[in-house]
Amino acid sequence: MSKTSRTSITMPATAKKDSIIEIRAIAQHDMESGFRYTEGGKLIPRDIIRTFTCTYNNVEVFKADFYSGIGANPLIIFTTIAVESGTLEFRWAGDDGYEAVNQSHITVS
Amino acid sequence: MKNIIHHHRRQWLKQAQGLGLLAFGFLTNPLVSFAKKADADEAIKKIVGGAAMREGKVTLTIPPLVENGNLVVLKVSVDSPMTANDYVKTIHVIAEGNPLPNIFTVYLTPRSGTANITTRVRLADSQKVCAIAQMSNGSFWQGSAETLVTLSACTEIV
Repeated sequence: MSKTSRTSITMPATAKKDSIIEIRAIAQHDMESGFRYTEGGKLIPRDIIRTFTCTYNNVEVFKADFYSGIGANPLIIFTTIAVESGTLEFRWAGDDGYEAVNQSHITVS
Repeated sequence: MKNIIHHHRRQWLKQAQGLGLLAFGFLTNPLVSFAKKADADEAIKKIVGGAAMREGKVTLTIPPLVENGNLVVLKVSVDSPMTANDYVKTIHVIAEGNPLPNIFTVYLTPRSGTANITTRVRLADSQKVCAIAQMSNGSFWQGSAETLVTLSACTEIV
């Protein structure tokens, strides 16, 4: 797997203050479990995304640890409260120095 | 004549019953099913420590019948007001039949608003999957779901 890859965020661009918004975050990644063998009988080393974090104006609001049991191209859907206008930053980090960052803006009224 | 037939039939039934019991023994071989269960118990013990775990509050949704274990939509929701004094701190998902029982852990805050998480997981076998939630007051709650997997994940050769 390369050092970074395509990611995508789906969330509303505007929201009412203190409403709950749903965020869908997906990253392109094979999530090689480390339990599979090649035809020659060699174990394929593990290569997965280990952590996912979401910060809201630099305050961490959500974090997840992934293990081999997460499917390829990990998708995670979670919620947060829209407290103020600003930037949400999403960061994926994994084996072999993998890192991906994505940002999304929200206007809260 | 009729008596003899009846006698034979009874004996045949007895033998068939014996065979059935033997087959049942093979199916529920404790050595096979126990090894994985022990791994899962170990993982749960690591999370919970010595604390008591209660059933309820946690709802885990997975399809009861899965055709392909490589991508299974899994939804966890925990019944909690998610206020500053009473919220869900962490949710762990454990699969008994996977080579590595831990699937994922999420860390929530009162700013999460709800404790609803959806993701896609791999399941290696037909099994029971359970979710453990730790509340802000330190208590543990558990919910689980059973599923039947037709094509298992992570056994295929590349």
